[in-house]
Amino acid sequence: MSAPKTGTPRVRADRDVCIGAGLCVMTAEEVFDQDDDGLVVLVTPDPAPETETAVRKAVRNCPSGALSLAEG
Amino acid sequence: MSTVPVLPLHMRRDGFGPAAELSAGRDAEGVIRIDTMFGAEAWLVTRFEDVRTVLSHPELYSNALVPPFRPSSASRAGEEEAAEIRAGNLIGSDPPEHTRLRRMLTPEFTVRRMRRLEPRIREIVDEHLDAMEKSGPPADLVTDFALPVPSLVICELLGVPYSDRAGFQETSRRMLDVSLPPEERAAADVQARRYIAELTAAMHDDPGEDLLGMLIREHGDDLTTAELAGIGSLLLIAGHETTSNMLALGTLALMEHPGQLALLRDEPDRMEAAIEELLRWLSIVHTGMFKVTTTEVRLGGRTIGPGELVICSLPAANRDPALVPDPEDLDLARGAIGHLAFGHGVHHCLGAPLARMEMRIAFPALLRRFPGLRLAGDPVYRSFSAVHGLSTMPVAW
Ligand code: HEM
Repeated sequence: MSAPKTGTPRVRADRDVCIGAGLCVMTAEEVFDQDDDGLVVLVTPDPAPETETAVRKAVRNCPSGALSLAEG
Repeated sequence: MSTVPVLPLHMRRDGFGPAAELSAGRDAEGVIRIDTMFGAEAWLVTRFEDVRTVLSHPELYSNALVPPFRPSSASRAGEEEAAEIRAGNLIGSDPPEHTRLRRMLTPEFTVRRMRRLEPRIREIVDEHLDAMEKSGPPADLVTDFALPVPSLVICELLGVPYSDRAGFQETSRRMLDVSLPPEERAAADVQARRYIAELTAAMHDDPGEDLLGMLIREHGDDLTTAELAGIGSLLLIAGHETTSNMLALGTLALMEHPGQLALLRDEPDRMEAAIEELLRWLSIVHTGMFKVTTTEVRLGGRTIGPGELVICSLPAANRDPALVPDPEDLDLARGAIGHLAFGHGVHHCLGAPLARMEMRIAFPALLRRFPGLRLAGDPVYRSFSAVHGLSTMPVAW
């Protein structure tokens, strides 16, 4: 596994909690996708630094609370 | 007997936005004690962060504990009716029951699935614009465009014959009309469910490719007929009573901001942000479902006991200065996801990707077709409806 790039926290997605609203896909398509069931899949758990703002937005706006960041 | 009911605080509007007394209550108190229309008292939650908190915690604020339409008599017929109204009621259930139902539906509303619907939605929009152009001006933007377009889309998505629309449009209007007696609204609910139950009964031998057909094929064994009817009727009502009001009210809002409208017409790339700002600013759903506390909670500096009714004001929360600066201004350029117009938490609008797609197609097409679109009479608000909107909007071009 590659080491996380400095400063960009790792993303976690809890598929048991996900309701498939798809807001994360709309917000950061490079990082989040939906499978055929509509549930979240991570394109990558280590988002590129330039996507950090979008990823933070996606985590904050996730309606079901399925997304989190491993800070620090 | 025919006294006009007083509109409760959580449904009051000044034009597009929440009534001044509602905004004032948010700024002064946040969580406000109010009277509902059916005599009970409730806590009205009005601040952005507090509303997010309530919607994020279904284990503390239950949708399932709220009796549907509060049937006034505890008669046997009333109880049977209440049970029928509960079955398959996605929006009136809590996890884990809610999760079970919602998981059956999410595959049908993914961002990718919606993109597949795009060409057909374009066709439906264009057909209605053609018809308006041919028979007008004038036209009624509500009945000629804003209502039929999403209505036809949801019918095709579900597999409901559009030719039956006179019946179900009237039924859903009655379900949402809070000036009617609760028994009458409950009867409309039962009627809507029976309509879908008959429809799906006829589908069982040869379920089609539409959403109801999919539910029968893939979940026929886990869903009772009553549950299937509940899901179908909720989608049918939610599908045409919401986007349609956004299209009509949104167009009216744009007309009242001609500078921003001109920018939008010239630079269609601005549309996505504009739609998010219109969603926030209009917040057409006044409250979402009422909730009942399951235990003692602390909210907005108050302590609320178990078993209390809690109502979230979406327009008040979406115009909270804690969300955006100058929240009373419509500023199409700043629109972004993060508002509460589609709710939040596990009940976040299932149809949001569909509604966004419909608006992204319908607004630009309308503005392009009729560059000189203007009011040709007074638009009329539907003030006693659970969804804010217009009953008529005369236009010319
Ligand atoms: C712009 C249009 C729309 C708006 C503003 C809107 C708004 C909302 C809101 C605020 C909620 C949450 C209610 C609550 O928490 O009690 C909701 C839920 C829901 N909406 Fe929408 N909606 C729209 C369009 C649609 C469409 C087109 C459909 C049909 C497919 C739909 C289907 C639903 C369903 C089924 C739920 C319940 C979800 C659940 O309980 O898990 N909505 N909507």
